Amino acid sequence: MQLIYEKSQPGRRALTLDALDVPTCSLPADLCRAQDARLPEMAEIDIVRHFTHLSQRNVGIDDTFYPLGSCTMKYNPKITEVAANEPGMAQLHPHFSSSPVFESECQGAYALIHELERQLAEVAGMKAASLQPIAGAHGELTGTLLMAAYHRDHGNTHKDTILIPDSAHGTNPASAVMAGFKVVEVPSDKDGTIHLETFEAMLTDKVAGIMLTCPNTHGLFETDVAKISELAHAKDALLYYDGANLNAIVGQCRPGDLGFDVMHYNLHKTFATPHGMGGPGCGPVGVGERLLPYLPGPRVVKKDDSFTLATPEKSIGRMAAFFGNFLIAVRAYAYMRHYGDAGMKEISRNAVLNANYIYARLKDTYQSAFPGNYMHECIFTALPQAEKGVHATDIAKSLLDRGFHAPTIYFPLTVKECLMIEPTETESKETLDAFCDAMLAIAEAAESDPDSLHAAPRSTPVGRLDEVKAARDLNCACL
Amino acid sequence: MSWIPTTDADQQAMLSVIGVDDVESLFASIPEPLRMQSWDIPPGMSEMAVRNHMAELAARNTVGHTSFLGGGYYDHYIPAAVDALSGRSEFYTAYTPYQPESSQGTLQSIYEYQSAICRLTDMEFANASLYDGGTAVFEAATMSARITRRNRIVIHPSLNPTYKAMLHTHAANLDLEIVEGDDPEGAACVIVQNPSFHGTVADFTALAERCHAAKALLVVSFYPVSLGMVKTPGEMGADIAIAEGQSLGQPLGFGGPYLGIMATLKKHVRKMPGRIAGETQDSEGRRGFVLTLQAREQHIRRTKAMSNICSNQALCALRALIHLTLWGKKGFKDVAVACHSKAEYLKSKLGFVEILNEGPTFNEFAVRLPRNAADVCAALLEEGFVAGLPLADVNAGEANDLLIAVTEKHSREALDAFATALERVACS
Repeated sequence: MQLIYEKSQPGRRALTLDALDVPTCSLPADLCRAQDARLPEMAEIDIVRHFTHLSQRNVGIDDTFYPLGSCTMKYNPKITEVAANEPGMAQLHPHFSSSPVFESECQGAYALIHELERQLAEVAGMKAASLQPIAGAHGELTGTLLMAAYHRDHGNTHKDTILIPDSAHGTNPASAVMAGFKVVEVPSDKDGTIHLETFEAMLTDKVAGIMLTCPNTHGLFETDVAKISELAHAKDALLYYDGANLNAIVGQCRPGDLGFDVMHYNLHKTFATPHGMGGPGCGPVGVGERLLPYLPGPRVVKKDDSFTLATPEKSIGRMAAFFGNFLIAVRAYAYMRHYGDAGMKEISRNAVLNANYIYARLKDTYQSAFPGNYMHECIFTALPQAEKGVHATDIAKSLLDRGFHAPTIYFPLTVKECLMIEPTETESKETLDAFCDAMLAIAEAAESDPDSLHAAPRSTPVGRLDEVKAARDLNCACL
Repeated sequence: MSWIPTTDADQQAMLSVIGVDDVESLFASIPEPLRMQSWDIPPGMSEMAVRNHMAELAARNTVGHTSFLGGGYYDHYIPAAVDALSGRSEFYTAYTPYQPESSQGTLQSIYEYQSAICRLTDMEFANASLYDGGTAVFEAATMSARITRRNRIVIHPSLNPTYKAMLHTHAANLDLEIVEGDDPEGAACVIVQNPSFHGTVADFTALAERCHAAKALLVVSFYPVSLGMVKTPGEMGADIAIAEGQSLGQPLGFGGPYLGIMATLKKHVRKMPGRIAGETQDSEGRRGFVLTLQAREQHIRRTKAMSNICSNQALCALRALIHLTLWGKKGFKDVAVACHSKAEYLKSKLGFVEILNEGPTFNEFAVRLPRNAADVCAALLEEGFVAGLPLADVNAGEANDLLIAVTEKHSREALDAFATALERVACS
C-alpha cells in the first residue's frame, strides 16, 4: 500500500483556518525554519480513505478472538469510551492541579482519582495506590524506586540486588536496573514455579527485593508465595508484585494479603482499557504499609467535603507531570463501577474457566509445558510439531489464516517453542470451540501437510516479512 | 454480567469437559488461608447508571471558560477526523504488532508517524513514541550518557521545571550527575527547551557548536506546533530532539494520555530507546513494515536494554499523524502563524503589565502583574476566564507572575475581552 507521502499533491488541502482576525506577525528570520515542514498535501476524503484502509489492514479485539498470553486481550466496553469522552474529562486542563486557585475547578477529577486509587488498593489488599505511572513498565520503575527509597531510609546500603525469576517479563530486570539495582535470575523448577530451597539459598543479605508475577507467566500460582514472603521479610527484603496476571485472581485473593509490599496494575489488562496498538497503557502502583511514606506526589487527599493535594513527607517525587494517563484511568473507573463487588469476582472465575476449557480441549493434541493447574492461561510447547518441521510461528501464522489472532509465542523464554494462550473471560464457549477446532485442524495439518503451514499466512495483506532485510537496509522514515 | 457471555449451561458443559465439578476447584492451587476474606468495593451499576455517574463527575470540572492556561499543554483545535479515524476499533482495540502480517495498519502508521516527526524536526530517525514530554527528558539523558560514556547531565534554565523534577525522580539511583546551566565541558549533554518554559524563542545553534566541540550532545525539547514557524532542532544541530506531543491532536485530558516524541541522528539510532518500525518486504516482494532493531529492547536484552519501556503511545502517535496530515504542509504553518499573531496581539493590549521575556515569544509569554497572580486568577474565574498559570505555584516565578498562552482558538473578541478584564482586575 502507498505511503501517505506518496499520495501528496502540491497545493491540495484538507483543513483551513478562518481568515486571521488580527495583524499577521512573524518571528525574526533567524529564528524561523528555512522551509515549511514537508507534511502531506491531501484532500480530507483521501486522508480518511488512507487511514480507513490502514485500519482494514489491522486486527483488533472487536474483529476477532485475540488470545495473546500475558496480554489479557479482553473486550473493551464502549461505555468506557463514552466516559472518557465526556468534555468535562477530555477537555480538562492538567495545570488546574498546579495552583490552589484552580482547585475548585477540577473536583470531579479529584473525586474520581481518589475513589479509583482507593478501589485499586482495595482490590489488591494494598494500603494505597498512585495513578502516576504511565504504563506497566513505568509502574515497575516506580515500584523499584520505592523499594530503593525504603532501603536508603533504613540504612540498608548493602542491599543492591533484586531477585527475578527466569520466567519474568523482560521489563522486570530492565526496570530494576534503571532503579540502580543488580539483578540475579532465579531459575524455575520443572513444575514451572519457584523452588523454595533454591530461592532460600539465593536470598542473601544483599537482596533488596524480589519481583514476582503471580500467577507467573507459566499460568501457575506460586503456591509457596506465603513462605517466600516470610523468608524475604525476615531479611528485610521487599516483595514486588507484577500485576500483569492480576486478572486471574481478582476477587479470589489479594497480593497484599499474600505478603506483597508493592505492585503495579496494568489497567489495560485487568480493567479492560483499550490496548491501542501497544499503548497508551496505564500502570498505577499500589503499596502496603512499608512503602506508604514514599509514594509519588502530589496525591489527591480528602479534606472536609472536598479534595486537595498533598505530598507524602518522604515521597520519591514526581513520576509523571500530573496524574498519569488520566483518561485511561477514567475508563478503568467506569469499568470497575459497572462490575462492582459481585461482578469483579466473576472476572477471574470466568477467565480461569475459559483457559482451563481450552487446555482440556487441546491437551491431548498439544504438549503441555507443565503438569497442569493452569489458571488464566495455558502454556503449550510445539516441540513435538517442531520435530516434524512445524514451529510455533507456523502455528501462529496458520491461525491468522483461520480468522484468529495468534497466541503469544516464544515467551516465556523458559519454554521452547512456546504457545501461550489466554482467552480472558469475555469470550463465549462458541468462540473458544471455534478456536480449539482451528488449533486441532492445524495439528492435523502438521502431520499430513506441514508445507501448507509453512506458507501461512496467505489471507493477510502481506505474507511473512523479511525482518533481516528491515534491520540490514534500515529504512525507518520516508524523508 | 453484561461483558461475560458464559451462561450456566455453558459453564456446566465446560466444567464437564474439564472434568471438575465446579469453578471453585480450578482455584485449588491457591492455598485456602490466602483466599480473600472481604473487600470494600461498592455494588455494581448498570451501564445507564455508570453513564449518569460519569456525567455528574464531569460536571464538577470546569471546561468551556476562555482559557489562557498553557505551560507545556495547549488547547489547540482537534480536527473532527482525528477522533473519527483514531476511533476505529481496528486501531484502538488492537495490541502491539506481534504478528506483523495482521498489523500492517499499526506498523505503517508508526512508520508514517516517524516520517512526519523527522520532517517536522529535520532529524533522521524517530522512534514510535515514548510516554510523554517529561519521561522523554529522562530517556534523552540516559541515551546521551550511553552515547558519550559520560554521566553529567546539564539542564538549561529554559527547561520546564516539572520535567526537571521528573528527571531527578527517575534518575535517583543512577550514576548521573544533574547540574543546571549551559556548560557542555565534560557533560553527556545539555538539555534545552525551545520555546522556553516562559515562552521565549531562542536559536541554540551556537550552543550546539559548543556542545560538539566539547564532545557533548545537544538535546532540544521542542513544542511541536511552534515548528510550523520556528527554526528546527535539526537546523540548530541538535543530536536528540524530544517533545511533549500533546499539542498534536491529543485532548488535554487532565494530564494524559499524551505521547513523548523522540528523534535523533542516524549515528545514534542504535542507542535510542523505544520501538522503531522499519520498511521491508514479503516473499512476493510486497512492501510491508515490521518492528526493527529490537535488540535494543527489554524483551530481548533484559538488564542490558536501552530502557525498560515496553509499550509506546501508539494510538496517540496515530492521532498525531492524522492531525499533522489533516492540517498538511500549509495548514500547519497557518496554525503556527495564527497562534503567534494572536499572542502578539494580546501582548499589544497588555501595556499595563511588565512582559518578563527577554526575547521574542511564540504563543506564550510571562507577565508581572501589579498584584498577586493567583488572586487575579481567582477574580477572573468569576468572569469566565482562566487567566493563565501563576508562576510561583510551579516554582518558576514570583507571586505576581503569570504565564499566558494563546492558541488559534482565541478570537480577537475573546482577546479584547480578556485584556479589558485583566486590566480592570489586575490594576484595581
